[in-house]
Amino acid sequence: MDPRALKKDFPIFEAHPELVFLDSAASSQKPRSVIHALARFYESAYANVHRSSYRLSEAATEAYEAARETLARFLGAQDPREVVFVRNATEGVNLLAHALGGRVGPGDTILVTEMEHHANLVPWQQLAVHTGARIRAVPVTEEGRLDLSAFDQLLAEGPKIVALAHMSNVLGTINPVAEMAKKAKEAGAIVVVDGAQAAPHLPVNVAELGADFYVTSGHKMLGPTGASALWGRLALWRELPPFLTGGGMIERVELEASTFTEPPARFEAGTPPFAEAVALAEAARYLEAVGRDAVLAHDQALTRRALEGLKTIPDLEVFGPEGPDRGGVVSFAFPGLHAHDLATFLAEKQIAVRAGHHCAQPLHQKLGVPATTRASFYLYNTEEDVDRLVEAVAEARRFFKDWIA
Amino acid sequence: MGILEELYQELVLTRYKAPKKRGTLPDPTHTGGGKNPACGDQVELYLKVEDGKIAAARYQGEGCAVSQASADLLAEAVEGKTVAEALELAKKFKAMVVEGRPPAPELGDLAALAGVAKLPSRVKCATLAWHALEEALGEGV
Ligand SMILES: Cc1ncc(COP(=O)(O)O)c(C=O)c1O
Repeated sequence: MDPRALKKDFPIFEAHPELVFLDSAASSQKPRSVIHALARFYESAYANVHRSSYRLSEAATEAYEAARETLARFLGAQDPREVVFVRNATEGVNLLAHALGGRVGPGDTILVTEMEHHANLVPWQQLAVHTGARIRAVPVTEEGRLDLSAFDQLLAEGPKIVALAHMSNVLGTINPVAEMAKKAKEAGAIVVVDGAQAAPHLPVNVAELGADFYVTSGHKMLGPTGASALWGRLALWRELPPFLTGGGMIERVELEASTFTEPPARFEAGTPPFAEAVALAEAARYLEAVGRDAVLAHDQALTRRALEGLKTIPDLEVFGPEGPDRGGVVSFAFPGLHAHDLATFLAEKQIAVRAGHHCAQPLHQKLGVPATTRASFYLYNTEEDVDRLVEAVAEARRFFKDWIA
Repeated sequence: MGILEELYQELVLTRYKAPKKRGTLPDPTHTGGGKNPACGDQVELYLKVEDGKIAAARYQGEGCAVSQASADLLAEAVEGKTVAEALELAKKFKAMVVEGRPPAPELGDLAALAGVAKLPSRVKCATLAWHALEEALGEGV
């Protein structure tokens, strides 16, 4: 895999040749093929889906359903009906927290982890508030991994739902989801995996992972904003009530009551983001063509280079584990220097990173810092990007030397 | 001078490391607070107003150099001013960092923060304490 060649597929880098873009964990850039797929669909193939019997609408419906098949294959799903299109990962988790609400009651446990993004935490907290259930969390160890013996003990409480990230958006930790899902299912839980950071970077196969639901974020995996694939087991989808209701998801409506159609349509009320889904399928094909193992290997090589470089900078604290369970996210902090001041310094050097709590406040409390600066890598990043980051952070230390505690 | 040097000039730097007005007041007559949920910056402002004049001002908080230095410089600048003068100062400060106007002479040391105007993502850090001031003095933001 040659990132320099791939970079040419991303028009943003033509518009901003100086840009060192290290914020793909927030949202990735888009290859030309995805942008064109979206434009082409709107220009020449656009009509609402599932509604009408004229040719254009039928073709749009076919394209939308073909996108569902592509995303099913991309995630290793058995059946395209297992893929529901939602707007983003956040909507995916909210849908599940709502639809699974009937399975949770007073005193029940919902098990999450300390490294969750707020998207995979707050919806479960809301469910707990409404049902009288309680939230428990698997602790994060010093090295930035999940404490698996604590996980085993927490499973003994018989949680109804286990919700965990496949990959942390702060630490880069790739969690042993297959092993954890197996144990959680043996303990009787429904397992929801937040794959927002994993799906763009790792070869994901839901059949091998063994979870019940897998949430993804389309805009982080080269797709447009507004469409994301949410996978679930068909048997479970069939049992669950809808989240949003209205048009497109009903079987029969009378003035006082309605019945709902089969999944996936039951979970796609209203006009779905079908043009965006078609472009998302193009993104999935792009990643498949590059090779998802190659993407992971590339991210990991850049991460190792970044960790090696950053570790030579005095005073800098670098978070997250080292090893094969580490993906392309590196968060760091200088004691005494706020993450925003560091990020502003890097921004002036054309290096785009993110500063803050990255929607993971409980994790930052655990790390003992209010905020971190985060660099994240993707297939269009080069070794030179990493070297520029390391150099600029070292330069920042000199610039802010009087502040760093 | 580059934008980094301009923004992080000696003054802002010193105020962050060695603040002059950080702390609380035993008997504040007015308080106001502000938070930037996106970045975790936080400022709590304590004022003692006597006969329409701000006799003392202190703040507590945490966050980046810009938000904390701005609060420190604010507390120093408003002490001794009338409520009306302090609110007028807030307008002038915001004109400088939000609209990018040249610093009004009354701003004094606060002119050190003028560079923020060129960094849209940091404007909220600079104005945080000023919104707290307006809240404290009853001029909602
Ligand atoms: C781990 C994780 N989960 C969920 C989300 C939310 O994703 P989205 O923006 O698609 O709702 C993010 C991204 O910010 C994330 O990193």
